[in-house]
Amino acid sequence: MKPGHGDVLLAEGDVEVAEEEQRLIDEFRRQLDEGMWAAVPTNDLGGRHEAAMVRDFSEIPRDAERVIFFPRAAGG
Amino acid sequence: MSAGLAALLVALVVLGAMAFGPDLRRWLRRRAARRRPPRQPAYDPGRELRAERKAQELLRSVVGEENFEMYRRLGFIRVRGRGGYGYLLYPHRPVVAFDEESGELLNEYCVRFPDESDPLAGNRLPDSDDVLAKWMALHGDERRLIEDANMHLPGRQVDPSQVRRDLRRLREWEGRGSETALDKVSR
Repeated sequence: MKPGHGDVLLAEGDVEVAEEEQRLIDEFRRQLDEGMWAAVPTNDLGGRHEAAMVRDFSEIPRDAERVIFFPRAAGG
Repeated sequence: MSAGLAALLVALVVLGAMAFGPDLRRWLRRRAARRRPPRQPAYDPGRELRAERKAQELLRSVVGEENFEMYRRLGFIRVRGRGGYGYLLYPHRPVVAFDEESGELLNEYCVRFPDESDPLAGNRLPDSDDVLAKWMALHGDERRLIEDANMHLPGRQVDPSQVRRDLRRLREWEGRGSETALDKVSR
């Protein structure tokens, strides 16, 4: 999520393909190094919408469709 | 004698201009370019609107149709927190906490998500992205968001009478929905 742009696709790939997974890991780390927060939106079977914050690539469920990066919160 | 000298000077100037003129012009242009501030991209009046439309689509895809409809119709999203607290999420305004049972207003949590990576685009997320950032942060780590925010008593930035009116509108809106829809809206 970026000012003036909305969401921007940063990287995509299949975590089952080693090369693509590494690309996703690199981008994930780059975003966190830049100070972004990462969240994984989820949907349970009852249609309930949730989100989980993740701090490490290994915390992302293997079947997650996407990770959303957004600026870190600051007191207003 | 002086007329001859003047003619010689004129001839020298003309020859100098012919010989060095193009180089001189290029040097002057480069010098002016160095002094000029970097060129700003042309103002695009539709950029914010396009960004907001994209942000709305992302919000809808993450929070679901019912929550998105709440935002579209009421201008905020309600999130049920832990311990009987509820939160109203407005775009670019503090998160308002209230008691789910009594409706009493409890606090305002001032929180921003500034992005300084592109000075030309500003540091404010589109409205719907700001709401989504609050929604994800509250769902993902309620305590962390509350700790990062500046806490104030109700009424510092958001008019309490407006919040009470919004809570009434929320109840009315929920009352019109089916039980299934209510379940999906609630956490």
